[in-house]
This record gives sequence, structure tokens and C-alpha cells, in this order.
Amino acid sequence: MESIDQELDESELELPAEPMTLNMGPSHPAMHGTIRMVLKLDGETVKACDVQPGYLHRAQEKMGERGTWQQFFPYTDRLNYVSPMLNNVGYALAVEKLLGITVPRRAQILRVIHGELARISDHLTCNGAMAMELGAFTPFLWFIKAREWLWEIIETQTGARMTHSYGRIGGLAARDTEDFGARCLEVMPKMLAVATEGESLLLKNRIFLDRTQGVGILSKKRAVSMGASGPVLRSTGVDYDVRKDKPYLTYGEVDFDVPVGEDGDNYDRYMCRLEEIRQSVRIVEQSIALLNKIEKGSPEDEVSVKDPRVVLPPKEDVYNTIEGTINHFKLIMEGVQIPAGEVYQYTEGGNGELGFMIVSRGGGNPWRIRVRAPSFFSLSAVSEMIIGGMIADIVPTFGSINMIGGECDR
Amino acid sequence: MSKLLLDRLKAQFGDSVLETSSFRGDDVAVLDPKVWRAAATFLRDDPRCACDYFVDLSVVDFPDLDESTGRFEVYLIVHSVAKKHRVRLKARLKEASADLDSVSSVYGGADWAEREAFDMFGVRFNGHPDLRRILMYEEFSGYPLRKDYPANKAQPLIEYREGTHDKLGPFLEDEGMPFDRSPVDPKNFSH
Repeated sequence: MESIDQELDESELELPAEPMTLNMGPSHPAMHGTIRMVLKLDGETVKACDVQPGYLHRAQEKMGERGTWQQFFPYTDRLNYVSPMLNNVGYALAVEKLLGITVPRRAQILRVIHGELARISDHLTCNGAMAMELGAFTPFLWFIKAREWLWEIIETQTGARMTHSYGRIGGLAARDTEDFGARCLEVMPKMLAVATEGESLLLKNRIFLDRTQGVGILSKKRAVSMGASGPVLRSTGVDYDVRKDKPYLTYGEVDFDVPVGEDGDNYDRYMCRLEEIRQSVRIVEQSIALLNKIEKGSPEDEVSVKDPRVVLPPKEDVYNTIEGTINHFKLIMEGVQIPAGEVYQYTEGGNGELGFMIVSRGGGNPWRIRVRAPSFFSLSAVSEMIIGGMIADIVPTFGSINMIGGECDR
Repeated sequence: MSKLLLDRLKAQFGDSVLETSSFRGDDVAVLDPKVWRAAATFLRDDPRCACDYFVDLSVVDFPDLDESTGRFEVYLIVHSVAKKHRVRLKARLKEASADLDSVSSVYGGADWAEREAFDMFGVRFNGHPDLRRILMYEEFSGYPLRKDYPANKAQPLIEYREGTHDKLGPFLEDEGMPFDRSPVDPKNFSH
């Protein structure tokens, strides 16, 4: 039987050789966030790429300059909205650094635990979404189910699932409940089981492996020069983790490893996040042990500093004493008075180094709050990862960056 | 430990290092804008500094200081992954001469950071390969993070974009198939 394409004379068939310009996004079902990519394609190969963020720009830094120092907390919730606690803590530490205060030990440990719960939920979301974008819907549901357990704990402690504004200058909004530690310890083994299940669903899957291994490679040198951080940087083999390199809060007292990759491809980024979930579980479990060691009623046992210039008075004082009323009024209307100066404070956010450059010229309002968003710099490296690859590879590559619009565009 | 970086900078650039400080553990060196790129290159290439990691570049606006020290304070933070130290460089620019050498050839991350600084403050970086707005749109007028930009200012809706913009243009002529179902012109096919 003759083949069906026998009639076609190849010499006559002229396919267009011109590169084609294609817009991907800003609103595209396969895109991980609101972002636009202008691509120059030769067939299916990406020849040039212009990544254009900014579609979620809400002028957060400008808004920060207009409110008091405390009023920036709800904005930080909306940076990386999957892990709001990490942003709360990052900002609170920056202001506390400028003030020169250290929060009590219980608040430090609680910040670590909440931060790690947020980090796990961040990594679960990213890995789940990345698998979903490759057509594997089950791991996404699996991971979101696990994320729900975490958010239930967070809801019991903060009153909200996502944008909880639980951080405060000088501590936390409220004390943890009695069963907080027990609930965390109950969920953590289940979290490890979910990570393993997610692994078994994907890591023997030919499609997943083919589309992640060796795809979207970022070299070590470029990752460092571009300022990529978090799992994107560590997947290239650089063991830079702020929690290890410049321990803050109680990270110096807990034992955990920093997983690094080798090739800097999608697979390594995925695996780094998966392993970080396990490390975060270790941190949570050890931190709860530290929490239980605190002597009841000691100064260490507080969740915020006892400084009326920084922390709001208890509600019964506000309503029953004139001093409390005045104190509350001054703090709310004039803001916490921060001495003049400028500091840059950085922590390990869900996506990497989350920095706050804050400038004060005295008084209750920030002069400038600059958010060093990790995914902004990771995103700037994306065009290098996808040029030369196929157009279909953009989806997993972009998914593995975990660009969060709220954080990237601010 | 990272006092070393400030000492190295002072030894290398002498009087061009205008002042140094270490407030709350942040090492800061204020530089003459003329040595901006040279200092960044030095920090990256000097084996004892080895500041290969780009952290951040942005601007702080002090409109009341434009007569004395300069209105726009550009800062650049670089970090050494191997030596775990970092330094913040600052350059103060007066309004009129608000331009500075780009460090995007030294640090890849400075590319977007400088674009954002230009977008938000209007600071121009000489030698930047592609200095255009990044978070705001091309037609936006003014620089929103400057202190004299009113926060409640509204900007008009932009016109529909016609023609070929170099970087913008959605729906150029050569973008594949037309959206309507008009019949394809047969003379475009060779057979």
C-alpha cells in the first residue's frame, strides 16, 4: 500500500520561514499567573522572549508610605498570599531591627512554626499546580487536601485561612491555643505521607519526567548573578538559604538540611521543594519541642514585648483606664514611633530571599518600604530558561518558578 | 566580619567613598556616582570580596535634600554566597543630573531592578540595554513612587494601540491566522 503523502512533492511545499510573534498571557489558562510573554517562534522553538510583569501592580510600596508602620501588615499578607506568615514575619523583623528590639522566645518559636506551616503550604501549592499544568490533576488535589489541614490549624490560631495579618511589631497578635502543638504534631506525619504519595504519583510518570528533566535549565553562574533565590537558586547547586547562612529567630537551634539540586532544571526545582517540605516538617516538630520547654509564666513565655510604645495595651485597660485609652489612641492614630534610620532585613520566604528595605525619618509613618520580592528576580531569569526550548515547555518551566503575582508585581 | 568589604572599598576607591556606616549591622558605603559601576565590578571580581550574588537595587526619594546631598538615593546590595557577607552601596543623585551607570552588565539581576527604578522614580541608568517601564504601562506619565507624585492622581484611559510597537504590540499583522473565518486568499498558496 502506498503512503498517503506520496502526492506531495516536498520541493513545492513551502512552509513560512518567518518567525512568528505570539502573545502568551496575560490571561491564559495555562499560565501560572497574570503575566504576559511576547514570544518569537520559529516553528515551535522559542527564539526570543520578552517577559512582561506588572499586571497585578497595586502600588503597595506607595500605599505603605501613606499609612502607619502597623498598617503595612495586611499588605504583606497580599505579597505571597499562599504563605502570608512568612511575609508578616519578614516585615515585623525589619521594623524590629530598626527599633532595636527582640521579641520574647515564645513569639520567636511561634513565628518559626507558623512560617514553616506557611512554607509547606506554599511548596504544596506550587508543586501541585506545576503537576496540574502538565495534565496530572490528582497530585494537585492530593496536595491541596494537605494544605487544607495546615490552613485549618492556621485558622484556629489566627482567625483566618490566608490573609490573617497575625504578625505584629514586637510579637504576634494573639497567644497560641492550648492544643496548638498537639494539632501540629498530628498533622506533620500526614504531611510526610502526602509528600511521599505525591512522589509516587509523579516520579515514575514518563510524561512528567520527560517534561521536567533537562527542561528549563538555569546555570549556576547566571542564577547567582540574576539574584534568583530559594528553590530556583538551590536547584542549581548553590546552598544559599537565609535560615542557615544568617539564622534569625530560632532557626539556629533546630536541625535541618538544605536540599540542593544539580542541573537547575524543572525536575530539580520540583524535588527541592518536595524535600523542603520534609525539612519544614522537621523544623516544626523540633520547634514544638522547644515551645514545650518554655517555663510557664516566665518572661520568655510571652508572645509580644511589654513595651507600651510598640504594642497595644490589653483591651480591658483600653476600656477601663484612661492611660490605656490614651495609649491605644496614640498608637492607632500616630503609629508606632520608629527612630530615623534605614535597614535591610532579609528572611527566607516561600520563594527565596524576601527582603524589606525600610527607611524611617522618625515618626509614625514609613518614609519608604521597599519589598525585595524573590519571584521578581527569579522571573527575570525565565527568558533565559525558555529560549531555545519548545513553546510547550514554557508552561512547566514557568510553573516551577512559582511566580506569585502579588509578590512579583507588588 | 564584613567590615572587610568597607575597608577594601576604601583602599580601592579612596576619596570616592564618601562615607561609610554600619547601622544595625548593615554595612553601607556611599559612593561618588562616577565610580558606581567600577565599584560593583570590583566587589564582584575581587577574590576577597567575591560578592557574586545580586540582592537588590532600588531608590529612595528625598525631595528636600536635592539642594544639598542629592534627591535620589540609589542603593545596590550585593552578597557573597561563599563568604556570606554583604554590603550596600549608595549613590546620591541630584535631580538635574539624575543619571548613573547601569550595573546590568555586572549583575544580571540589575536589569529588571534598574528598569523598575526607572519606572518608579525616573532615574536613568546609562548603558542599560533596554530601559523601559516594567510594572507600569508605556503610556503612563510621571513616576509614581516619587514623593511629589500624588497618590490619588488618576490617569486617563489609554488609546487602543495601533501599528507596530517594538515591544508591546499585541495582534501584529504576522500573528498567524486571522480571527474571522474569511476565506483564505488562494494566491498565498503555491499550489
